[in-house]
Amino acid sequence: MADYLRDHHDKIVGRWSELVLAQVRGRTSLDEVRRELADLYSLIVRVLSDADDHAAGELRAALDELSRSRARDGYTPRETAIGMLALKEAVYEFVADTAELVPEFLVLSRMIDDLGLRTFEAYSAAREQIISDQSTSMLELSTPVVRLWEGIIAVPLVGTLDSARAQLVMEKLLDELVATSADHAVIDITGVPTVDTEVAQHLLKTAAAVRLLGAECTISGIRPQVAQTIVSLGIEFGDIATKANLADALALALRQAGMKVVPVA
Amino acid sequence: MNAVPIRSGDDVVRVRQLVRTAAAENGLSLVDQTKLVTAASELARNTLVHGGGGTATVEVVKSPIGRPGVKLSFNDEGPGIADIDLALTDGWTSGSGLGLGLSGARRLVDEFELNSKPGAGTSVVVVKWSR
Amino acid sequence: MERVPILKIGRTLFVSIQIELQDDTVVRLQEDLADELSATGARGVVIDITAVEIVDSFIGRMLSMIGSISRLFDAETVIVGMRPAVAITLTELGLSLNGVRTALNAEKGLELLNGKA
Repeated sequence: MADYLRDHHDKIVGRWSELVLAQVRGRTSLDEVRRELADLYSLIVRVLSDADDHAAGELRAALDELSRSRARDGYTPRETAIGMLALKEAVYEFVADTAELVPEFLVLSRMIDDLGLRTFEAYSAAREQIISDQSTSMLELSTPVVRLWEGIIAVPLVGTLDSARAQLVMEKLLDELVATSADHAVIDITGVPTVDTEVAQHLLKTAAAVRLLGAECTISGIRPQVAQTIVSLGIEFGDIATKANLADALALALRQAGMKVVPVA
Repeated sequence: MNAVPIRSGDDVVRVRQLVRTAAAENGLSLVDQTKLVTAASELARNTLVHGGGGTATVEVVKSPIGRPGVKLSFNDEGPGIADIDLALTDGWTSGSGLGLGLSGARRLVDEFELNSKPGAGTSVVVVKWSR
Repeated sequence: MERVPILKIGRTLFVSIQIELQDDTVVRLQEDLADELSATGARGVVIDITAVEIVDSFIGRMLSMIGSISRLFDAETVIVGMRPAVAITLTELGLSLNGVRTALNAEKGLELLNGKA
């Protein structure tokens, strides 16, 4: 079988490429598909002819890489698996008339099924990686640390504050404090819909860490409903300054820095 | 994975360095590395001071969903702990410390298991997963 | 055992910790500082922990004690240069450094002692 496949390389790869292209029309060219499949094909032939020990590993690696790039390019799992499974059809068209090759074709067919399943695994692993990367970058996008004034930085929080995000906010804020030697950090929670005990704990820890570094921390943007919840939950902010809005927090920070805002003229 | 003896202050420092290396090599963030090393420092000191010396083991493990983690085991054959719940309470101390060693270490890691019987030594196993 | 050197600059004692801290080393530092404070009449202590990778409950307690001891000599202690990861870990540990003040860096620490900040 290995010899047969090697001898009919161009014809089978050509047919295989056509079959695959028919499924994913328009997203790639025949030449492109042909190039990708020819690599896989040579590796399959090497595995079948038992010529060397590395072929199986290389084939798996090449298939995984192809499946990953399919996942990144937005192909469906079906389109990705077809890319492998169509080889069966292509080979069958050539060997159907040659009775002595049929038993060997079964072996090849089983191997292709395995490889087809492997594309699924590699594809879904790649998708999960993409999703996890995206959620991390969204998390980072949603937590900018901004400079309000020389020595005063702020982080405006919008959305729910879960543990992962609270951790990220804390790290970014502290890194920024050290990087800019700012003396004052403001955490604005205007955009945080609810403050429960867990969120309050996160805020308190962040404020405590800011103080440990030697800077001041103010929490601003406490809306009336949030104030009511905080009090009814019995949460104590202790001696951490809280302000109704960001403007008041900035005024406090400026005052502590020994500055005053006065009208011109 | 090999057990490191904890018999002196130098050994505690060595355990910290081993843990730092393992945590960094397995993708723990800087903050998580620091938390794990701090927990290791607390537990190694407990082994030395309360357990009269013992061993520490650093292992690399994988979670069911394939995330790498670092697992630490501390074992001693000291007097053991009679009331484990009490020992894990913030502020409770058998000596002159702040009583934050065990309870604090527990807060710094993802998994924490303490086994001890009076007269039969103490074993603490903790794991921190990479995120 | 290694010792942490103490520098006297004007009326301030300056300590920069550049080694991996062992329990004995911190206890020794506390004793040395008490001796220096009594001998020199310094009014402030600046402890730079920029290079310190972890502060656990023992080291934290020793730093607090250094603060309390200096106060008995009418001196103030400022811990400077704490790493963010160390601060996060300390809050998780539930440790607040009572008895000492903190500043982002040595310069701000000195300003704090001189009453400029």
